[in-house]
Amino acid sequence: MKLKEFTLSIKKYAILGVLFVIILFFTIMSDSFLTTQNLLNVARQVAMLGISAVGMTCVILTSGIDLSVGSVMAITNITGSMLMVNAGLPIFPAVLLTLMISALIGLINGMLVAYVRVPALITTLAMMTILRGLSFVLCDGMPVWGLPESFKKLGQGYAGPIPIPVIVMIIVFILGWFFLNRTRTGRYIYGLGGNKEAVRLSGVNTSRIQTLVFVISSLLTGLAGIIMLSRINTGQPKIGTGYEMDVITAVVLGGVSIMGGEGSLAGVFIGVLITGVLSNGMILIDVSEYYQQITKGVVLLLAVIFDTLAKRKD
Amino acid sequence: MAQEFLMQNQSALAVRGICKHYPGVTALDNIHLDFFQNEIHAVCGENGAGKSTLIKILTGAILPDQGTITIDGLERKSYTPHEAMFNYGITAIYQEFNLIPYLSIAENIFLGHEIKRKNGLLDTTKMNQEAKKALNLLGTNLDPRLQVKTLTVAFQQLVEIAKAITHNLKILIMDEPSAPLTTSEVEILFRLIKNLKERGITVIYISHRLSEIFELSDRVSVFRDGKYIETFKTGETNKKQLIQSMVGRELLDTFPKRKCVPTETVLKVENLGVKKTVQNISFSVKSGEVLGFGGLVGAGRTELVRAVFGADRISGGTIKIKGREVQIFHPKTAVKMGIGLIPEDRKQQGIISEMSIKENISYSSFTKVSRFGLIHPGYLKAVAEKYRNLLNIATPSIEKKIKELSGGNQQKVVLARWLATDCEILLFDEPTRGIDVGAKQEIYELINRLAEDGKAVVLISSEMPELLGMSDRIIVMHEGRIAGELSCEEATQEKILQLASGE
Repeated sequence: MKLKEFTLSIKKYAILGVLFVIILFFTIMSDSFLTTQNLLNVARQVAMLGISAVGMTCVILTSGIDLSVGSVMAITNITGSMLMVNAGLPIFPAVLLTLMISALIGLINGMLVAYVRVPALITTLAMMTILRGLSFVLCDGMPVWGLPESFKKLGQGYAGPIPIPVIVMIIVFILGWFFLNRTRTGRYIYGLGGNKEAVRLSGVNTSRIQTLVFVISSLLTGLAGIIMLSRINTGQPKIGTGYEMDVITAVVLGGVSIMGGEGSLAGVFIGVLITGVLSNGMILIDVSEYYQQITKGVVLLLAVIFDTLAKRKD
Repeated sequence: MAQEFLMQNQSALAVRGICKHYPGVTALDNIHLDFFQNEIHAVCGENGAGKSTLIKILTGAILPDQGTITIDGLERKSYTPHEAMFNYGITAIYQEFNLIPYLSIAENIFLGHEIKRKNGLLDTTKMNQEAKKALNLLGTNLDPRLQVKTLTVAFQQLVEIAKAITHNLKILIMDEPSAPLTTSEVEILFRLIKNLKERGITVIYISHRLSEIFELSDRVSVFRDGKYIETFKTGETNKKQLIQSMVGRELLDTFPKRKCVPTETVLKVENLGVKKTVQNISFSVKSGEVLGFGGLVGAGRTELVRAVFGADRISGGTIKIKGREVQIFHPKTAVKMGIGLIPEDRKQQGIISEMSIKENISYSSFTKVSRFGLIHPGYLKAVAEKYRNLLNIATPSIEKKIKELSGGNQQKVVLARWLATDCEILLFDEPTRGIDVGAKQEIYELINRLAEDGKAVVLISSEMPELLGMSDRIIVMHEGRIAGELSCEEATQEKILQLASGE
């Protein structure tokens, strides 16, 4: 009993310890790491990842997975820019339409998973491929230039010293926390991972919840896509390639069980920070792109091994 | 006389002093039993009599706490399932087959002891030939190259038997083998079983269907509550004697009495059907009444209440609540209509295992503990504390995960979930399964209190004393239909078992 409680508490705080160790490591290795400027930079870099991670957390909690987020980022990038540049829509309606498109994609994913019962892995894998192709088709494979100057503010502006994307991310995390912990839908999402039949027999429309999590995931990634568009200021069809893996890595690092039902947004927030600090720190100390990839993979694997071993102890 | 019988026949398998205890339950209590060569030996008893535990011990799937098993004169304390099958020729065929649907018949038959060529590759030709031989022995001309999933249930059963034959079958244990078969298929199976007996194989035949036991077996042994009761020569007994032997326990009057009279009809079900499992069921329950459902496992009782609750689709019939016809397509609707289901499989279907006790209690009624659409931690706690006191849920804290509670307390939490919704109709499916004696008594008292509060209660139970002690009326089901209805006064264990076995 004592031992079990011990391993449980380790599991809870280990992730914070890992973040601390990584920060310590880079602080020693590089003079420019622990500066306000650089830390704000890290925060801005991970903002989009963080926003998507909140949605992915909802999906993984129900024991699902959403591989389409990278392509959703691309399609929102392209549609958003084309609506503004080619169709000449003002910023606000263009953004709103783009968000609606991303929500619609999530709805299709969710309904295929919940009602047609195609496995989430396959559904979103197919959607990932389709949307990537569609992004290239829409813009003929060419970047979309000429976005309005005022649109830059969302991705590049500051509110006081803090970058706007960071503020958006923090708001999304807070709303996400209330949603997951304080609304009944949120509690049903937690229940769905591993106890689907019990949840259904409690009088919950489980298919609707299962659909909803994919809508949330897509919609939040749509939001991240728009921020990304504002940051790079061009529509890029190949943007977000491999993004889904970064998002899943951050969520799993944050302690969300891939089997569903367990995990917290606080953990995911730290998972996102670790991912960001790792990328940033490795660039600062001049680790090559290739070794960065290896490191990220190893870190993900370690997190999953840890999760599996902790589960087995139960 | 038993002595004389023993002298004539050689014992193929002898069980001596086998005991098996689980926490709170004695599954088998000091069993002594002989199975002879060349005999079909039926084993019967009610649910929970200890038959399945006996099979598991004989096949080596579980180890007995005490006792020995003698096979061909050699005494053993324990053996592995692999030894049982390959060394001693003991095979059990369960209702659920252990076949791999995508492999061929021959590949299934030789699974685990494949025939190989010298170069290490599988000798498919040889395996097909051998499989063909085994199938021919069983009187069928099936092509061993067929995929198992394309076969009917009856042929899949044949493949299981063929599999047993190829590794030196001596003792064949069959658990309710006729259950999934049609009448003509059962006839073929019986001929086959008799044929196996002629060839010197001992068949241990477990069945609820008394007529089959009389048609097939040479001897029949009765188990009850984990104890071996007696063995009859089938020709020298009759159904009445057998039923008496199966239920022969004295009913202890440990059931608390209710002080209430049923009033208006709350739930009325007419001609309800569920695809393949339930046909043409009509019943009604009054406020303040406990309606019991008796029957054997697989009689369709669980399917019936699940359908009423909207968990499974109904194929016909109507449901009326307080005189108004309702359409229940989803448990969500049932909950709105004031119905609650305490499911049979508590672990998988009742509790939300990773969540706290307090959340489990409010899981079906979060709106009642919310303010401005957000769950209010204070309200959530207050409701949980209320039911913790009301139902006497034993836990140091309502913040604990529900999976840390004992079975009885988990069941109380599931019940609390429905009470928190203010439901009026409660469907209990085996509410005391796997619960220790003390907690059982508490559940009985709770059910009585609910009835006294005017709830309409449906109680499915496979435990006779519970069914008889708790119900105002008892409906007995057999193979998806109502076999009869008994009032509290006329119901006896014998009558229920008779109806349940379709006699």
